[in-house]
Amino acid sequence: MTKEELKLNITEWSPASTFDEAGQWLNINVEANEFLPFMQQLRHSEALCFDYLFCLTCVDWKTHLTMVYHLSSTKFRHNVVVKVKLDRSKPEIETVAHIWRTAEFHEREVYEMFGVHFLNHPDLRLLILPEGWEGKNPLRKDFEDPINMIKL
Amino acid sequence: MYRETEIIKDFSTDGNGDMIINVGPQHPATHGVLHLVITLNGETIKKIEPHLGYIHRSIEKMCESLTFRQFIYVTSRMDYLSAHINNHACVLCVEQGMEVEIPPRAQVIRVLMDELTRIASHELWWGAMAMDLGAFTPFFHAFREREAINDIMEETCGARLTMNYNVPGGVVNDLHPNFQKRVKEFLELYKRKVHEYDELLTENVIFINRMKGVGVLSAADAISYGCSGPVARGSGVSCDVRKIYPYEIYDQLAFDEVLETDGDSLARYKVRVKEMNQSIKIIEQLIDNIPEGDFVAKTKNVLKLPKGEYYQRVETARGELGVYIISEGSTMPYRIKFRSPGFSNLSVLDKIARGGKIADLIAMMGTLDLVIPDIDR
Amino acid sequence: MWSFSEIANNLHQWLTGQFNDTWTLIIEMVLAGLAVISLFAVLGLVLVLMERKVSAWMQVRLGPNRVGPKGMFQTLADTVKLMIKEGVTPANADKLMFNLAPFLAIIVAMLLLAPIAFALNFQLWDINIGIFYIAAISSLSVISILMAGWASNNKYSLLGAIRSGAQMVSYELSAGLSILTIVVLVGDLKISSIVASQANGWWIFKGHIPVIIAFLTFIVAATAETNRAPFDMAEAESELTAGFHTEYSGMKFALFFLAEYVNVFIVCSIGAILFLGGPMPLHIGNWEGFNHVMDYIPSSVWFFGKTFFLIFLIMWVRWTFPRLRIDQLLNLEWKYLLPISMINLLLVTAIAILKWHF
Repeated sequence: MTKEELKLNITEWSPASTFDEAGQWLNINVEANEFLPFMQQLRHSEALCFDYLFCLTCVDWKTHLTMVYHLSSTKFRHNVVVKVKLDRSKPEIETVAHIWRTAEFHEREVYEMFGVHFLNHPDLRLLILPEGWEGKNPLRKDFEDPINMIKL
Repeated sequence: MYRETEIIKDFSTDGNGDMIINVGPQHPATHGVLHLVITLNGETIKKIEPHLGYIHRSIEKMCESLTFRQFIYVTSRMDYLSAHINNHACVLCVEQGMEVEIPPRAQVIRVLMDELTRIASHELWWGAMAMDLGAFTPFFHAFREREAINDIMEETCGARLTMNYNVPGGVVNDLHPNFQKRVKEFLELYKRKVHEYDELLTENVIFINRMKGVGVLSAADAISYGCSGPVARGSGVSCDVRKIYPYEIYDQLAFDEVLETDGDSLARYKVRVKEMNQSIKIIEQLIDNIPEGDFVAKTKNVLKLPKGEYYQRVETARGELGVYIISEGSTMPYRIKFRSPGFSNLSVLDKIARGGKIADLIAMMGTLDLVIPDIDR
Repeated sequence: MWSFSEIANNLHQWLTGQFNDTWTLIIEMVLAGLAVISLFAVLGLVLVLMERKVSAWMQVRLGPNRVGPKGMFQTLADTVKLMIKEGVTPANADKLMFNLAPFLAIIVAMLLLAPIAFALNFQLWDINIGIFYIAAISSLSVISILMAGWASNNKYSLLGAIRSGAQMVSYELSAGLSILTIVVLVGDLKISSIVASQANGWWIFKGHIPVIIAFLTFIVAATAETNRAPFDMAEAESELTAGFHTEYSGMKFALFFLAEYVNVFIVCSIGAILFLGGPMPLHIGNWEGFNHVMDYIPSSVWFFGKTFFLIFLIMWVRWTFPRLRIDQLLNLEWKYLLPISMINLLLVTAIAILKWHF
């Protein structure tokens, strides 16, 4: 499906979501409370079949956090980017680990790097950072580590 | 101390009489500092829990304070076995926002180097995996060919492993005059010696018994776990980025995407061995047809990417590498995310290893081809 | 003729001329002990160097080539290094068992040298139950591995030891059965009479196909019993780091290492004695001239030549094959080798009774 077709299809069942077509792929902005049913529809809809979550990450915009999900379909070879805005002081979002199993590790990485809490995640623990790092999130823009300089 | 609780747990068994064993961070089979906490019942694996971070350098954070020209070279240290392909992904991503036309010579050189890197990486994997299975000789046979590639790299790029040969707009300097001759010598050497690979491992009864039916990964699981590269293709999932989302000149080249349907370790092994032959095929097509002309396009000294998001996926030796750049219009990226193939491929280990023996785990880790700096970044 | 047996006899006569019987015996025992220990040292040096050279040859590389001419003194230098290294005992290890295990391994290997015929009429002890003695003593070596694995208080060591226990107990069966085929044909357990029975041809040629099968079974079982690749379950460095000797260092590790190589030598010499005539030169039936020419080559050369040929075979296998998995290893023994060697023994018994062998 092309960008336009995807947009039409998605608007049909999710009128609230907004689109951004600037990049190479269709960007969809979704509200956090509609997020889980939206993703489920993307995965299970016959016409869309986004079965491959190839990138899951988060961006710190200093005022808010944005979760970014890059999805593609191994059947139709179309791609889509889903973005969810989160509150920076208390970021919480539903997990998608039961829809795409790869999300389990990626979400654990985002959890420790950005401090995003994934609700109903099967095993939300630190994966990369050592114990005692909860609360300090290295990839946030305001993270300072005087001992291990990351900035050059 | 680091993860004290895990270490204490190691000396005890859990209530069911299962033994908990730490494989790594220093262990001969993990080829790096991967730490797996394995729950064993006898020799049968009940659960595997990876612990990462022993070589985490936070490359993503580092890149936020490097310019678009500089950050490319940090990525050589991610998947150091396909360093050139990592760099390639980064320059492609930067070039998306540059509106620059890459000279055809540079494109061919990049693809040639990509494929040489892929062969070198697969050679090392082949030898190291055989060593994990207890056969030492293949390692040296693989390195004989790999050295030839490293010499070619050294001559042209000046380095053997982390080449740093790509720059936005092309490559950093022209090919060495000997390049074509040396590559042809390598092709000849490879073809003369490749039968040894089959004789030593592929047709070996013990090897086949060790690999067949071990670590079976279904196609649906491969997709759900986000596997890519030979791991997914061993399960019959067509996922070769070079074919599906072609970049550079891959759409003009004749090569096949290698697919096996069994999904076991043997299938993954076969995919990689056949992929080496496909890479040889690509090199043969290109080596006599390197176009004349510039090797790098004229670019501004200070590189600024327009505000926006850029995503580039390429096929490294291990699978799909994604580079996600968010630019705010300055000389440095606002945020960079590397989607590394190893990270997703590792997550499937627990799924496929359960019920196997420790020796099977070694075979599985071998065929997943985990490079730890790639997973940790 | 200048031979080991004559030297031994001359020495014995000279000693009896000088001392009374008791002292002669004591001196001879001391001499034999010294001989065994020096043989140990030499074998360790030679076999390790041989292994490294053979593996280098198979792996398209040079191997040790810096210390001494063609790297000949490399193993000597390694030995010195191992001797001056600290022998660490882990804090939570069972100290007595941990330190005893390497010595047990080496003692077992030493005991096994007693009935080996290094040349015609040249043995330390031609015991009348020779081959039975070897089978009995060699089964003790598993105890040292189990001790080492248990006492190290390391899970990798324990896994290695348990694997090794299962493996050695299993493979002893088919090793024993293939030894029995020759015992059935000879009708004697004594090493000297087994050697003498091959004066008109080696058993591998005289005994038809069943003896060849027994020989192959024996080689497989011997490789397994000495924990050599592809049956090196007990060590399996890529799975269990170093298996039962993970925690050993310095000389204690060196003793395990030495015991492994001496065990390889012993099983190969037993294979050579049983199937290839041991110190017996190549004789073919009644070809007087040919047999006479062959007799000019000293019997000790024949013995070491055959033994080192078998050692080379085992090394060749080691550097070619990947390792088996533990369940495949046990399947191979219990499902294939054991039934085959049982039927084989039956066939050989029939051959022996009907006198079909040459």
